[in-house]
Amino acid sequence: MAETTTFTNATQILEPFRGVKKVTLEEYFTSGHRTCQGCESALVMKLMVKASGPRTIVLGSTGCMYVANTTYYTTPWVVPWMHTQLGSSGSAALGTAAGLKALMRKGKMKSEPINVIAFCGDGGGADMGLGAISATLTHKEYNSLILLYDNESYANTDIQLSGMTPYGAHTTFSPPGRAKRIIHTRWKKNMAGMMAAGHPECRYVATVCASYAVEMMNKVRRALTIGGPTFIHSLDPCPKGWDYDPMLSHELGELAIETGLFPLYEVEDGVVKYYGKTRAIVEGRARKPVREYLLKQGRFAHFTEEDLEYFQKKVDETWEKWEIPAVIPFRRLDATRAALDTK
Amino acid sequence: MAVATKATPAATDDKELLISGSEAVAEALVLADLDVVTAYPIRPYDTVMQAIAKKIANGELVAEYIVAEGEHSQFEIVKHASTVGARVFCGSSGVGWMYAMECLVVTPPLRVPMVALVGNRALDDPGAFGVEHNDALVVRDVGWLLCWIDTSQEALDTTLIAYRVAEDRRVFLPLAISADGAFLTHSQALTMVPPKEKVDRFLPRYDRGDLLLHPDNPITVAPQANEDWVIEIRRQNNEAMKRAYTVIEEAYADFRRVFGRGPENPWFEEYMTDDAEIILVGMGTISLPIKVAIREMRAKGKKVGLVRLRWFRPFPTDRLVAALSKARALGIIDRDYSFGSPFGSGVVANEIRAALYNAERRPPLLSFICGLGGREVTLEDVYKATDMCYGAAKSGKSDATTHWLGVRE
Repeated sequence: MAETTTFTNATQILEPFRGVKKVTLEEYFTSGHRTCQGCESALVMKLMVKASGPRTIVLGSTGCMYVANTTYYTTPWVVPWMHTQLGSSGSAALGTAAGLKALMRKGKMKSEPINVIAFCGDGGGADMGLGAISATLTHKEYNSLILLYDNESYANTDIQLSGMTPYGAHTTFSPPGRAKRIIHTRWKKNMAGMMAAGHPECRYVATVCASYAVEMMNKVRRALTIGGPTFIHSLDPCPKGWDYDPMLSHELGELAIETGLFPLYEVEDGVVKYYGKTRAIVEGRARKPVREYLLKQGRFAHFTEEDLEYFQKKVDETWEKWEIPAVIPFRRLDATRAALDTK
Repeated sequence: MAVATKATPAATDDKELLISGSEAVAEALVLADLDVVTAYPIRPYDTVMQAIAKKIANGELVAEYIVAEGEHSQFEIVKHASTVGARVFCGSSGVGWMYAMECLVVTPPLRVPMVALVGNRALDDPGAFGVEHNDALVVRDVGWLLCWIDTSQEALDTTLIAYRVAEDRRVFLPLAISADGAFLTHSQALTMVPPKEKVDRFLPRYDRGDLLLHPDNPITVAPQANEDWVIEIRRQNNEAMKRAYTVIEEAYADFRRVFGRGPENPWFEEYMTDDAEIILVGMGTISLPIKVAIREMRAKGKKVGLVRLRWFRPFPTDRLVAALSKARALGIIDRDYSFGSPFGSGVVANEIRAALYNAERRPPLLSFICGLGGREVTLEDVYKATDMCYGAAKSGKSDATTHWLGVRE
């Protein structure tokens, strides 16, 4: 069968919402789920599809947002939704987009831009699914968004550490004990920076936090409009995994940004742009001490002053020594020289 | 310059090509107007992807052609493409098929009718390219339709039949076509390639119906279930597999009607079994040395026949029992192994033992393992197996062991 001439591979043009009052009223993620009280990731799901609108297909890899959201015979999804395997958010996005493209190209399906969004947790995305996401971000002819909702542990399976769990955090796989206070000694992966730096034809990478809902939705809309494969990393406070009062989810999201621990930025066509309170930090506002963020969470309750200092030092490094502060970890030339000079 | 003479019009509008089993599958995929295909390199199945890539490059086929970063993604990508209505193709061999295993087990309950080519290959370690059937056989319990082919012609025809069967709404299950590595994937033979018009009469468009994932049909697919519903979902799979018997029979009958060729019995080929005292059973290209040996033995008065099993899932229990129970003794030759299984036999032998359990007449059955890792199955191997079967026919007893043929002891 030959190709049709009408197919253009266009995306939907989703203009940014100009303020919270301009946000559409329709919801595409509604009741029918059983996420925990204070679950920020459920809010992320809701905002994600509110931003994308009804002509959207969502693929969800195994994790909280699968198990807690979709129980057989109930579903909160108003848009079509399908499960994909734990490490398959990248493949799900790619396969769905490729299937739609093939059928539209060949005139077997009405040609229209349909948003394809695949989401993954930090375990599914940054651990198991990293290779598939990376591959998808090189397929520029398929329009899709991969959204990583990062609650910093395998929260659905009893809070086990992932490659995105912060240094030292208490999880069921890293319990503090008498002989060892810190079991988890790895520093968290720099996912968005890695995706942006490693995939030169991925046109849009952003970090978001649902504490800033309108900004978050506008990043989703930008990612879907710009086309090709895109990637968004969302930091989602998790009352169960992080051990805090569920009423503090929003505040913890703010603190993660105000302490400089989680920077808000987007990389569009290779240009890094900070936004929100992160931009204020870049422009000179002082970062809050990380202890203000860490000590509100039970998972860091075993931290000593020494641990807090180490953590603060590591965060300081991302701002003071990284080539692009808090984004790209290569050391700036001047810092390298200074290091050489001291030898 | 020679004057062009008009060629004698062919009796058929098929064209005849000298192609390998893998190339024959690729010819069928063009005729089936494939939509999405994913490739990842591993020998020997990858020759089919090389053939498809050429066809796409030359404009013979318009399809999304994706080179994945591993077999897990390879199968997952086409799984998702199929759920939005695309006709898909995939494949692998040996440990590559194993690497995709998670994505293989999810396709039957999702009712995804993907068609895959398994170029049968020994599993690592040691790394080996030769044929063994253990790779494809790992999906035998989980809802894949599973068949073995023997020739390039059968490769082409079975690929068309595969889409017809898998995409039938009564079935909607994935289907793996197994082709012996090298012996079939890489060996060329004259193959009749039918015109597209004929294929269109045989193979309807893939219609996902009410399972289509599309904004116009906003369903939720594969929500989480536990003891409340999983057993019902398994039962639905089982019913689909049972319905496949009828659908396969219908597809072969229709294939014969449209193309004027193809077997009356879809399930297995019978070679000189009418008067056979001994029937040997095998799958795939092992048929060639067995057939040659049978002709040699028949010249010496030994009445030996072959049943070459095409379909392993669904398993043709009744027809196979009817065909086998008339023999004086059976010799099942497995090109696979199942360590620690009953009698240490291969998979096919134990399936046939199970199938015969309720039969009125159960001939003595001997189990053989042969040709592993692509080792040649020799005429001597077949003679030896046959002689042992004659011994069993005489004693009327099966021996409770498995004989490995052609092994350095």
